[in-house]
Amino acid sequence: MIEARGLYKSFGGLKAVDGVSFVARDGEITGLLGPNGAGKTTTLRMLYTLLRPDAGSIHVDGRDAQLEPLAVRRTLGVLPDARGLYRRLSARENIEYFAALQGLDRAQARARTDALVEALAMQDIAERRTAGFSQGERVKTAIARALVHDPRNVLLDEPTNGLDVASTRALREFLRGLKAAGRCVLLSTHLMQEVAALCDRIVIIARGRVVADGSSDELRRQAGEQNLEDAFMRLIGERVAGDAP
Amino acid sequence: MKAAFTVFLKECRESLRDRRVLINSLVLGPLLGPLIFLLMVRLVVGRELEKAEQPLPVVVIGAERAPDLVDALRQMGLRQLPPVADPELAVREQRIDLALRVGADFGANWRAGRSAQVELIYDSSRREAQGDAERLRAMLENYGRRNGALRLLARGLSPGVATPLVVATRDTATPQARGALLFAMLPYMLVLTIFIGGIWLAIDSTAGERERQSLEPLLINPVPRDRILLGKLMATAVFSLASLGLGLLAFLLAGRFMPTAELGLSLALGPRFLLVALPMLLPLVLLVCSAQILIAAFARSVREAQTYLGLAQLVPLIPSVVLSVVPVKAQLWMYAVPLLGQQLSLMRLLRAEPLAGLALALSALATLLAALGLFLLARRSYESEQLVVPG
Repeated sequence: MIEARGLYKSFGGLKAVDGVSFVARDGEITGLLGPNGAGKTTTLRMLYTLLRPDAGSIHVDGRDAQLEPLAVRRTLGVLPDARGLYRRLSARENIEYFAALQGLDRAQARARTDALVEALAMQDIAERRTAGFSQGERVKTAIARALVHDPRNVLLDEPTNGLDVASTRALREFLRGLKAAGRCVLLSTHLMQEVAALCDRIVIIARGRVVADGSSDELRRQAGEQNLEDAFMRLIGERVAGDAP
Repeated sequence: MKAAFTVFLKECRESLRDRRVLINSLVLGPLLGPLIFLLMVRLVVGRELEKAEQPLPVVVIGAERAPDLVDALRQMGLRQLPPVADPELAVREQRIDLALRVGADFGANWRAGRSAQVELIYDSSRREAQGDAERLRAMLENYGRRNGALRLLARGLSPGVATPLVVATRDTATPQARGALLFAMLPYMLVLTIFIGGIWLAIDSTAGERERQSLEPLLINPVPRDRILLGKLMATAVFSLASLGLGLLAFLLAGRFMPTAELGLSLALGPRFLLVALPMLLPLVLLVCSAQILIAAFARSVREAQTYLGLAQLVPLIPSVVLSVVPVKAQLWMYAVPLLGQQLSLMRLLRAEPLAGLALALSALATLLAALGLFLLARRSYESEQLVVPG
């Protein structure tokens, strides 16, 4: 479980995150939804302790992320916005490198890597060097190395960015599997279909603030719109088609 | 520490698959210095040497008018070429380099005890010919002085009357010391192998990792950042050290092809040099690699890192140039200056002079401290948020 309370972060004079609070529960997929530049990536970066919040607190499974960043990172699996692989290593070597850094021994690393290669259908690319991988193959490898230590909490920054339809569907299926296994899944996206298809809870962020938080039914009701996309536009303060100018 | 070792192993494995790293660390780094050096020595020293030993070909016109002179010149290394019709024109057209003309009245003047004239014909704007002309002039003057002294003696005068001043030169340089002066650039060439050996790995594992977007995923692992940095530093140092080791070997081999013996110089480029120089330079390897990692971590891109590190390569040139231009007497404090200390020690080693334990210890300690300082600076830049999110 991930709890964020009153997060603030500014770069220079720019307020990137301006008071964000929400909870992502175990056994649920939570979506951070917002337009580009709303502060989603910065929020996630604070959650996985890459950035230090100017104010506010983060607890992961009850642990304070600012006091115990290393312990918190052990319980997190993160697919960041930057997902570069080591081109001269094979997919398996990429995954096993992160397994070693997570403190797994050789046998554990091998077993976990085999399991992920199977779950993500990577059998035919596992032994290949990652130079020349397609976008979908790269994302699969990046997800496998992020989850190699079987973390209880999974953070994904725009996971389907650049994926084709088939890869997107496979990835959604994989995330539903994590949810069924009782993991806490938190993903950020600017795509409406993504949250509609996947998320149990939606946290809408605009201009660094949370403007709405709930299930898609609750959000539609709150905005008074039948269509989730219209609800989203209204909630982030944009005009919806049919409004008086 | 286990995490640092994991990073170290991964960087080594990846680098061994990278042709650029291999070429830099294992080919270019070790060989560039010795090759440049060998070429330099061959070109500069070798040519002078060959010339001094080789007979000097000179077109002699009117040799029959001064047989004694020509005989004496031949003994001093002159090779007589048959006369040509118009030597001035031949020299101008570069058909011949140097001609000596004995005047028609040479014999008469010589026998009468007057100054007899010979003419040197050459083109002073041609560097080669100038050296040859100097050599011939020296031979002629030698012959003239000898005969002048004989004429004075024949008239019952001491030759000293005609030479009121004699300059005696006493060069106290031992053969080894003279060699080391020539080889003042050698320490720089060795330091250069350290630089080139680590440069690609330093760039690739810091600025390169960031540019390829793999730094952020790496830093999300539950590993303190200084461990990650330490692993990268160790990998850089290992490749640097490999380059240095191969470079030292290459110098030993190159030493066999250097014309040191012909010059009457001896340069202690034996196995002892290798065995002492390698551990002696180890602290410097750490210092250089720390500096490279620090600079590459500050750079915003691989290209920027390359530019900075290219410039940084020139820094170790400073003590080399200073030491070869201004011959300073080594003071103990100089050993405490990283680079300078190693340079001085290497030069002593090359001259086969004994090394003082205190100076070596001081040099190693000071260099290690400087390396630690740079590592701590690099760690600070690694701990900063700006590393991943440029502000």
